[in-house]
Amino acid sequence: MIHECVDQYACLAANINFNLEGLRIGFWQLTIDGLSWGAIYALVAVGYTLVFGVLRLINFAHSEIFMLGMFGAYFALDVIMGFTPSGNAYNKGIALTVLYLGLAMLFAMLVSGSAAVGLEFVAYRPLRRRNARSLTFLITAIGASFVMQEFVHFILPHIIKGYGGSNAQQPIILVQPKTQFHIFSATVSNVTIVIIVAALIFAILTDFAINRTKFGRGIRAVAQDSTTATLMGVSRERIIMTTFLIGGLLAGAAALLYTLKVPQGIIYSGGFLLGIKAFSAAVLGGIGNLRGALLGGLLLGIMENYGQAVFGTQWRDVVAFVLLVLVLLFRPTGILGESLGKARA
Amino acid sequence: MSVTNRLLAPGDRLREWWSGLSRVQKWAFGILLFGALALLPLYTPPFLDTPGISFGGTLAQFAMVAIIAIGLNVVVGQAGLLDLGYVGFYAVGAYTVALLTSPNSPWNKVTDTGPFSAPWAWLSCVPLAMAITALAGLILGIPTLRLRGDYLAIVTLGFGEVIRLMADNLSDITNGPRGLSRVAFPRLGESDKLPEGVFSNGNSSGHANYGTWWFWLGLVLIVVILLLVGNLERSRVGRAWVAIREDEDAAEVMGVNTFRFKLWAFVMGAAIGGLSGALYAGQVQYVAPPSFNIINSMLFLCAVVLGGQGNKLGVIFGAFIIVYLPNRLLGVHFLGINMGDLKYLFFGLALVVMMIFRPEGLFPARAQLLAYGKAARDWLRTPPVEKDPAT
Amino acid sequence: MRGRVARNVFALGSAGLVVLGIAGCNQSKPEEGGTAQTDLKIVEQVQIDEQGKEVKADQAADAADPAGDGKATCPPVSIAMAGALNGPDAALGINIKNGVQLAIDKHNAANKGCQVQLKPFDTEGDPQKATAIAPQIVDDQYTIGLVGPAFSGETKATGTVFDQAGLVATTASATNPTLSENGWKTFFRGLANDAVQGPAVANYLKNTLGYKKICVIDDSTDYGLGLASAVRTTLGPIADSGCNISVKKGDKDFSAAVTQVKGISPDAVFYGGYYSEAAPLTQQLKDGGFTGTFVSADGTKDPEYVKQGGEATKGAILSCPCGPATGSFADEYKKKFNTDAGTYSAEGYDLGTILVKGIDSGAITRPALLDFVKNYNGQGTARKYQWTPTGELTTNLIWIFKVQ
Repeated sequence: MIHECVDQYACLAANINFNLEGLRIGFWQLTIDGLSWGAIYALVAVGYTLVFGVLRLINFAHSEIFMLGMFGAYFALDVIMGFTPSGNAYNKGIALTVLYLGLAMLFAMLVSGSAAVGLEFVAYRPLRRRNARSLTFLITAIGASFVMQEFVHFILPHIIKGYGGSNAQQPIILVQPKTQFHIFSATVSNVTIVIIVAALIFAILTDFAINRTKFGRGIRAVAQDSTTATLMGVSRERIIMTTFLIGGLLAGAAALLYTLKVPQGIIYSGGFLLGIKAFSAAVLGGIGNLRGALLGGLLLGIMENYGQAVFGTQWRDVVAFVLLVLVLLFRPTGILGESLGKARA
Repeated sequence: MSVTNRLLAPGDRLREWWSGLSRVQKWAFGILLFGALALLPLYTPPFLDTPGISFGGTLAQFAMVAIIAIGLNVVVGQAGLLDLGYVGFYAVGAYTVALLTSPNSPWNKVTDTGPFSAPWAWLSCVPLAMAITALAGLILGIPTLRLRGDYLAIVTLGFGEVIRLMADNLSDITNGPRGLSRVAFPRLGESDKLPEGVFSNGNSSGHANYGTWWFWLGLVLIVVILLLVGNLERSRVGRAWVAIREDEDAAEVMGVNTFRFKLWAFVMGAAIGGLSGALYAGQVQYVAPPSFNIINSMLFLCAVVLGGQGNKLGVIFGAFIIVYLPNRLLGVHFLGINMGDLKYLFFGLALVVMMIFRPEGLFPARAQLLAYGKAARDWLRTPPVEKDPAT
Repeated sequence: MRGRVARNVFALGSAGLVVLGIAGCNQSKPEEGGTAQTDLKIVEQVQIDEQGKEVKADQAADAADPAGDGKATCPPVSIAMAGALNGPDAALGINIKNGVQLAIDKHNAANKGCQVQLKPFDTEGDPQKATAIAPQIVDDQYTIGLVGPAFSGETKATGTVFDQAGLVATTASATNPTLSENGWKTFFRGLANDAVQGPAVANYLKNTLGYKKICVIDDSTDYGLGLASAVRTTLGPIADSGCNISVKKGDKDFSAAVTQVKGISPDAVFYGGYYSEAAPLTQQLKDGGFTGTFVSADGTKDPEYVKQGGEATKGAILSCPCGPATGSFADEYKKKFNTDAGTYSAEGYDLGTILVKGIDSGAITRPALLDFVKNYNGQGTARKYQWTPTGELTTNLIWIFKVQ
């Protein structure tokens, strides 16, 4: 450690270090790990950014959609595919493991997607009908977030035995993390590869969907000017439903990737902090901008890791919040700046 | 009026009657109500009593949350600025008092005599806490009040969390997660039975326990703050806030310096939050970071939104709901689930339902003439004097 | 058109996956090939003293029996229990309550002439809530003794209340060392505090197990940081300063910490914190190639640790001022509550037993019961109980457990 301590207690009491040496030593490892976290943030950030672009609404409850996706993936592995929760890794061979994970991901996406669409239907649509102010939407989002969290916390255990409650789910681990190869001094594990590759595929698919397909054009039209879009024959309500659906699907995919990385993280409160960080990522990259969300997610993941190494592991969350505040103060439009609605040549 | 509006407007007839009273009558009723509230913990009717937890303690907590609600109302309800990190100001107020008076703190100022001696320490720290929190509000407000709507909400949320995380991590100063204990509290009524006075937690038997005393102190402060805020409401500042809340651009065009008045709202709200924090520190005598989390911020917002944004008496009622109900339901079991656990679920549901059916809150702020309102109404209501038609 | 192509691809792809899925589902249930359900259990090893030296378990006296001689008579008095009975930390509070309940029920069943009531109070572990609940406890004139509060934070906030009321407050789990320094006459700690547990474990690792390099990690909570600091101080230079790490409670990803530990390659890692973080930390350390021993303390000693951490927790060493649930107590607990006795259940049982023994001996007022506890000297299921004037135990032995 760089600085001298007056007495051991003071030093150990964890104040701000400035440990650039640690950053230099672990640089590549921190970058690789940061990328894998960033991939997860990016997928969740897309949900925030799409909804904001189309509706100018910060969907606070998106973090709970992610959390429900985690439980969906767990349910698929536990009940549908019959794995027993154990805390140890199963070894089924690559092909079967990919199959099982793929199925779990589909189910997670199903759960998250339906939750997102349901949320829009129950909470936001009535408000739109009544022409509510944006403050009202935000408060409803907060309320919906509470409801979903506490539902999983207290009511789910009475519906499905062993699910929900105050402790995390006993993990079902299908992939034993194993180092595959080295880049410079960093080890890359199979989990990291799966996460980054999967996130890349989803990112490309989503980008394709938004920028090259008809309903993607509809989304961009409604984001730019919803009245004119309606005049042009675009069904606003259907576009909004699709937007929430896409966000939900991606959150479900991110949920499964997260459970690969942190198998003990399936708990009612597991979405909250991640959601705020994903939102910071979306803002960082440019809220309302799809590529901005992806870029912002990767950047945030990396910066968080660097911040941890330099300032100390307990400052990790502070990094995300401080970045958020700084971006909003000095460049509220984010790095990439443009919004979803800007026409592309 | 639609059915839902009729159902969810419990106080409208009450409000009609209230606005018909003259000023003197309003004051008379107010004093009676104040007296009744003050006597409540001493003569608690059984349906109101909270069996599992001290009623006086619950009311003390209610008083603190009510003060916070009034402060947050100034920011959210009056000026229309959504602040999701209000718990940060609460924390700054509490930590100021704790840092100055706790033996665990490196900045402990308690001395044997003078304004910081034991009997007077808490009292001296209260204005300091308010001032420092107001300063924090200023520091937070200046860069962020340029932002609008949702962005402001997120920035304030971020700031609230940063304050908590700093309190948690800067252990050299704030003692980190171990918190600062043995914070000073006001000394009054010291006797043999109660060597540290009625506000210490030694006074814990009977109805006039220390919770009740803190409640009375809180009640007095609530009245003072209400007078202050009420005055502001009826002044140029209050009118500017209403203008900013309704349409900021139009207000700017009409010559209202929106930035300055928004900052004013922030600073006032912060100071009031700091006052409540000082009360909290004195009552619990132990200040630690976990109490100042985002969930509490949301609860305070819930109080303001449920009670009626912009209505300083309505938000007090909102504060009462969110403090009293979970404590009343503590230990009540239904279908095997402890109802007290579900408090966040109920509040979330209440928020969602309220926003759909009655977004203004239970006792919304009425659009009304802020000056000479009653006189104008009376003048408008008197029938015109019959004039002889010109022949 | 492009859109149609994309949709077709998507449809084909999902159809393919569904077919594979159905094919996959038709397989027989996955056999537990080589990665069976963990049979690991937390098993007690040995008791150690403050110097880390192993101490033979006291074979001498039998544990006190709350049933007594069955002939006690007393007016209707009650014992209160305060702790987190709901909320995220409820498991510990419920363990204690069950322990006290078992003692009281055994006593009431045997002594028809003396029926003691248990009054539980839920504080959710929140200091502010506890300050509102303490007056309720004290106000009830039939309550002459208290087992609780459970957490150090709430004990800090309410100790004065019980001291002023003269109500004997025995805690089964609050281990913060500063609690006994407030001059409270009514505070009695039923287990060793962190200032004893920390140095004891550190000396055990240093002297008895002979480790030369240890990384110490804490979770930035009051408990975790306190314990880890005591360990760091006692270990001295053995606690490598290159891996003094603080993580946050609620974290689930420790890759930065694991990287740091890997760089140092210690013989052991000591973690001060709770099981919900210890489990993923242990697993990530093992996955990251750490081959040393994982050591932690009573916050980790919970069946959830093994459930969540799986095979990776094998060989972990856990210290606890709490004793193992042995003999008839363990069986009676299991029969009554349908679950194994948890952390601090034995302490709850022992403290409840001491209080009812006091009532049986005729101490039916608060001052009398306070006096009884002050002068008590007897064996319980977990340890011998006798207190110093400040409320600490006179014999402080720490138990070492191993996951095996």
